[in-house]
Order: sequence, then C-alpha cells, then structure tokens
Amino acid sequence: MSKQPETMTQEIQEVHIHRDDFGSKMGLWLFLFTEILLFGGLFILYASYRFIYPEGFAAAATHLDVLMGALNTIILLTSSLTVVLGIVALQKNKKKLCLFFLWITIFCGILFLVNKYFEWGAKFQHGIYPKGPALQDMSEGEVMYFGLYYVMTGLHGLHIIVGLAFIGFVMMQIKKDILTSKNFQKLENAGLYWHLVDIIWIFLFPLLYLIH
Amino acid sequence: MANGTIAVPGRTAEIDFYNVRTKHKGIASWLLTTDHKRIGIMYLGVVLFFFLVAMTLGVFMRLEMLTPGETIMKAQTYNSLFTLHGVIMVFLFIIPSVPAIFGNFFLPIQIGAQDVQFPKLNLMSWYLYIIGALLALFSILKPGGVMDTGWTFYVPYSIRSTANISLSVFAAFVLGFSTILTGINFIATIHRLRCPGMTWFRMPLFCWAMYATSWIQVLATPVIGITLVLIILERTLGIGIFDPTLGGDPLLYQHMFWIYSHPAVYIMILPAMGVVSEIIPTFAKKPIFGYTPIAISSLAIALVGYLVWGHHMFSSGISDTSRVIFSLLTFMVALPSGIKVFNWVATLYKGSIVVTAPLLFTLIFIFIFSIGGLTGLTLGALNTDLHLTDTYFVVGHFHYVMFGGMGIIFFAALHYWFPKMFGKMYNEKVAKITAYWIAIGFNTLYFPFFIMGYMGMPRRYYDYLPEFEIYHRISTVGSWILVSGILVMFYNLYKGLRNGKKAPDNPWGGTTLEWTIPSPPPMENFKVIPTVTTGPYDHTVIHGQEENKMQ
Amino acid sequence: MNHDQHLEQHPAHPEGHDEGHIAVAHHPSYGVNILVWIGLLSLTSITVAVAGINLGSLALTAALIIALIKSMFVVNFFMHVKFDNKIIKLFIGICMVVFIIVLVLTFFDLTFRY
Repeated sequence: MSKQPETMTQEIQEVHIHRDDFGSKMGLWLFLFTEILLFGGLFILYASYRFIYPEGFAAAATHLDVLMGALNTIILLTSSLTVVLGIVALQKNKKKLCLFFLWITIFCGILFLVNKYFEWGAKFQHGIYPKGPALQDMSEGEVMYFGLYYVMTGLHGLHIIVGLAFIGFVMMQIKKDILTSKNFQKLENAGLYWHLVDIIWIFLFPLLYLIH
Repeated sequence: MANGTIAVPGRTAEIDFYNVRTKHKGIASWLLTTDHKRIGIMYLGVVLFFFLVAMTLGVFMRLEMLTPGETIMKAQTYNSLFTLHGVIMVFLFIIPSVPAIFGNFFLPIQIGAQDVQFPKLNLMSWYLYIIGALLALFSILKPGGVMDTGWTFYVPYSIRSTANISLSVFAAFVLGFSTILTGINFIATIHRLRCPGMTWFRMPLFCWAMYATSWIQVLATPVIGITLVLIILERTLGIGIFDPTLGGDPLLYQHMFWIYSHPAVYIMILPAMGVVSEIIPTFAKKPIFGYTPIAISSLAIALVGYLVWGHHMFSSGISDTSRVIFSLLTFMVALPSGIKVFNWVATLYKGSIVVTAPLLFTLIFIFIFSIGGLTGLTLGALNTDLHLTDTYFVVGHFHYVMFGGMGIIFFAALHYWFPKMFGKMYNEKVAKITAYWIAIGFNTLYFPFFIMGYMGMPRRYYDYLPEFEIYHRISTVGSWILVSGILVMFYNLYKGLRNGKKAPDNPWGGTTLEWTIPSPPPMENFKVIPTVTTGPYDHTVIHGQEENKMQ
Repeated sequence: MNHDQHLEQHPAHPEGHDEGHIAVAHHPSYGVNILVWIGLLSLTSITVAVAGINLGSLALTAALIIALIKSMFVVNFFMHVKFDNKIIKLFIGICMVVFIIVLVLTFFDLTFRY
C-alpha cells in the first residue's frame, strides 16, 4: 500500500558502514599484491636479461658498493622493526613510545634515501646512466643491467617516499588520538606497506649487488 | 494493486536514489557521492560516450576501407584511427563497462549489502577513469601526433614514433589503476559483506563472475602498468630495456604486454558470462543447470587465462618449445568456457521460455560467441595460426568474441536491468527488432573478415588487392546496418527513460535480491538486511506477483 | 517512515564476516620482534659472506633462498601473517603462484631461444 510520507521534508540519508578492521587489512593486502606484480614485472625482466647476459651483469655489478647496499639493507630491516615496535607500543597504550619508534622509522627511511642519493650521484659523476658516456663503451649486458638498476631502485625509492608519507599521515592521526590502542588498523596497514617495501629491497640487494 | 504492481511493504513510497536529499546539493551530490548506484550510473554515462566515440571511429575506418588505396583519409590518419579505436574500445569501454556499471550497481544488492566495502575508493576509481580519459583526449589534441602504433604499442615503433605516445600510454596506466581499485573493492565486498545465509554457493553467478574478474584485475593489470611506464622511460630517458639497438629484446615487451592483455580479455568476458548466467534462468523460469560448475569455471578461466598469452606471439620468433606449450594451454582454456555454454543451453531445455529483448540478445550472444570461440581454436593451433595471424581472420575472431561476446551482453544487461536502474520500461517490441537488426549488421560486417583473412588480407592495412574489395564493401555496408541498429536501440532506451511506463519492482520474475527492492532503488538498498535461505535461482520464492510479466 | 541516520549494516550472524571488525591485539610483544630482527641481520651477513664464496651457478640460488627465508620472517612475524586468518595466507599463495607461473612460462621461451 502506498503511504504518504509523514512530513514533506525528508531527513538526509547517510549510510554509515560499520568499522571493519579485517576488511581494511584485506583491502591493503590486495593492494600489496598489485605492488608485488608491479615489481614482479621488473624482476621478470631482470631474470630474463641476467639469463641472456650473465657476464655483462656480473661486470656491471662491480660498479656497485656492496657495503652501501648492505648498510641500506640493515637500515630498512631496522626500520621494519621499529614500525612493528611502534604498533606494539600503541597496542599497549604507550602513545609517546609509539611515536618515538615511528620517528626512528622515518629517520631510517630518509637515511636510506640519502644513501641512494649518494650512490646514484657517484654513478652520474662517472657517466654511468642511461645514454651516459660510460655506457657507450659498455657491453649490451651492462647497458641492460644499468637500465634495470635505475628503474628498479628508482621505483623502489618512490615507494619509500610513499611509505614515509603513509607513516607520517598515520603518525598525525595517532597524535590526534584518532588512532588508539583500540583502533590501530590504519597503523598496521601503514606498517604492512612499509614491510613490503622492505621485502622488495631484500631481493634487490643480492640481485643487484652480489653478482659474481 | 490496480496498476499491476505489488508494493514492497512500506517502501514503494520511499524516495529513489536519484531524488533523495543528500548532504551535497545539485551536481555536487553526484560528483561527491559514495553511493554505489550513483557511481554506477556515472560510469554508464561516460562509458556510453566513449563507446559511441570509438564506434564512430570504426565507421570511418570502414568508410576508408570501402575502396583500395586512399578513399577518405591518408595512411597515417588510418593508423591513428585504428589505434584510437582499439585503445578507446579496450580501455574505456570493454574492460570497465560491465564491472564498473553493472558490477557497481548490482553486486552489493545481489549479496544483500548496502554498498561496497570501500565506497570512497569506489568514487576514486571513477575519477581515475575520468582522468585517464582526459589524458587520452589530451594526447589526441596536443600537437605531436595522435597515437599510431596500434593499441598494442609494440616496440620498437612505439619507442620511435613521433606521436604523443608517452601521454597515450600514461592514460592507459591511469585507467589501469582505476580497474585495480575496482577489483580490490569487489573482492573485499564479496568476502566481507554477504548477508546472513548468503554462503558462497548461494551467491548469484554474476557475483562469482565479478569475483573471478576482480582477481584478474588485481594481479594482471600491474604488469601492463610497469610495461607502459617502461615505454615512457624508454622514450624519455633511453634506458634501453626494450631497444634492440642497445641490447634489449623486443619480444620481452610482447611477453610483458600480453601477460596482462590476455588475462584482460577474460576481464572483458567473465562479467558478460556472469550476466548471461543471470538472464537465462530468469527467462527460462528454471534454476540454472550446473550452478557449481559454472561458478568454478569462472575461477578456472581466470587461472588458465594466465597461462596462454604466448598465442599472441606465435609468429614473433619465440622458441618452438614455448609455442607448443602455449598452444596446448590455449586449447585447455576453451574447456571451462564450453562448460558454461553447455550449461546455459541445458538451462533453456524444458524451460518455460519467455523471449524478451534481454534473452534475445543473450541467445544471439551464444551463437556469435561460439563462432568467436571456435575461430579462437583455429588460431590456437600452431599450423593454422601461422597462416592466419596478422590477417583479418584475427580481427574477425576478436570482434566476434569481444563485441559479439561482451558488447552484445552489454546491450542485454542494459535491457535486463533497465527497469531496475531507471524505474521505467522500454518498448519491448522495438527492442527485439533492434536485437535482430544488430545481429544482422554484426554478421554482415564481421563474417567477411574470416573469409578475407583466410584469403590473406593483412590486418591494419589501409590498402589492399582488388580481390578483397567485394568483401570490404559487404563489410562496410554491414557496419552501416550495425551502427544504425545500435543507434535505434539506444534511442529506444532513451525514449523509455523519458516516456516509458513505470516499471514494477520485478517485471521479469527474477529471483535474485535486486528484484526484491523498488525500481529504482532507494538510497539505502535494504531497510533490513535480508537473510537468505535458498539458492539464487529458486523460482518457488519469486518476489512480486507472477502476473508481472512483460508483454 | 522513520529513517535512521545510522544504518545497521550488520545484524546478528552475518555470513561473510563473523569476526575481525574490531582488531584485537593478541599479546603484543617487543621481544619476539627484536629476536626476528637479529635473525634478519644475521641472514644479511650470511648473504654477503656466501656471495664471496665461488659457488658458480649455485650462487644465485643460494642468494634467492636466503632472501626468501628473510622474507618469510618479515611476512610471518613483522606482517603478522602467521597469526592472521587463513584467508590472508591463501591470498598470498594465489599471488605468488600467479607470479611464478608467469616467470616460468616466460622462461620456456628464453631458455630455448638463447
């Protein structure tokens, strides 16, 4: 039966979906899969060209500083630790401690980028960059290596920046008590993103630096 | 009730989602909406626009091909035309349309949810579509030249072409991001928001199709994402990864491109198959035959779809071993599709069939898609493929499966869900006529492609030998029949929108949840979240009167 | 007709999501994570050390295996997957299977062409 609305004006409809932390986590993981396949494409190309040009790759890798690479690996692993410690702290309702750990994470991320800046800088100085003078004298394998080197570390560096922004945003929400010991999924999500960036580097390090 | 409708208790007088008062006013209430129904309608508007643009490009292509040599345009223009036609059709129409329009509108309703899992992300997907579309438009208007590489952007030409390639592939990249977010949204929605009683195996098959599609969107799209980025980096920085003069392997580009683009065709067809699995039980008044095999076959197609991309590269120079493997895998992917076709036909058998426009389009689809699928097998066999690859046979094949497959079902879905989305009925008689008209136009346009291809007419060629002229002429006339049919079809729907009879809640006697809510739905889909106790195609539990039949 | 401003999305016993709406921390601990970190640092040193040894064609495999082990630690402990709902593990599996398949099939071309 048709009913006349009781009043001529109508209340504004808003649909509030209840909070779903696991759904939020699931969404973030699905997004991480897209990142894995994005880098995955580059890893496939790396595998292919390393297969085609084994000597070229080995020769090119000698231009990389293993110590720098190892240092950066340790920096990122530590930053992953501090993110998790930050989450634990927040879960234990230790807001200040949480922010302290997250600041260390940010610091580590910036340190990583600074190292990267110097690494790249040193190569640019030696003319080792796409279409650069040093590459004109290199073998095809070495040229392929450096093409991949810059794209992979560049894309990775971009993701470090995004990860830092994500963590920074979440830190703001923690400071404002939007995220608390009872509502921390967003922090976990930022952590998940950061860990993925760490894992990608875990593979990049041996593949780019440790070829013999 | 007097006008033949049943009032869903207490809800018929509720304001629909178009007219409801919202936080924002006017156009802002649409551009800032997070409601899945409004987003679906917004997608409908833009997708239709681009379909018509790409269709017009096709018309001009066929006009050029009416005679050998230059007819109405230069060769370079023709190259840009077929590139644009492909890019717009693939990235702005076929891939987004069914998921973004009908998936957005109906997936939540069919599982008894109020919206998708991430409504704000949903709006962002729409904006990414718009941005991608604008970038593509910009790449056409900006001086430098319209993309001319073919929609496949093969290297080395895509690196060397002086046209606005970087901008074009960046547009495709952004559009890919839009699809990815939709995929993430739908997977999470199906996992988290099914209503009580809606177990996985009580979900409508359209939802299964959307689920399988979403996984492909999430896992395959990033691969073309990175590939397109590499094209841009090649063009701007000369990194060399695909450049043969620097040591790069152009075949690796093809691998990376098709690793996405083959699964992409399953992104295109799986949702359409999901729609077919909805339409057939409704108009056969029978539960679908083989619900579980159809559900599982959607997942199987999604998985096996990743294994066959090499069949686009049989004559490119890949190893013989890989060609044999890809050919074998290609034959395997036909199996789950075959299962679906068999089950659909079996559903019709001994059904109480009502031939409406949606069903008619669907039956036409089954016929056309089967031809498309069978010609796919011809192309999947190595020996025949070497003769047919890069000829019009391939063009015929993919138009039969993509247009005759997904496109026709897009029309079917438009008609099927028209009453629910707009609350009006279209003219059924005219709609049926347009279905036949389109079927005739379609086959007249595309069937000669198979013949020409077999005779050796190369694809993407602007000029041809005299022996092909008769087929090109028939084809072009077919394009006029097809396009006029499509325009009349849209006009009929438009008339329905403006002056059509008010639609009841369940004009077709459908059994899935969208037919239990008003046409068009209110902003809040369900006053009370339903609890489901039966499968989705149980005709003993029809909502609304059985007398609600279309004449 | 009354419209509630806030809609109830979840009545009793909804089907797809019986748990997890509010994330609950299960015995959060600093210590375990620090131990994992130490393990990761050790594995990093091992990676560098092993790279110095001339293993020939096995060098790549060794490096990848160690990287895989490190990743498993990060995924299971830092990313908490070990303690998560099974579905996350299934999802990760699907993602890795697809990636591996694509890698393997590409190599069917490369190994027989070069």
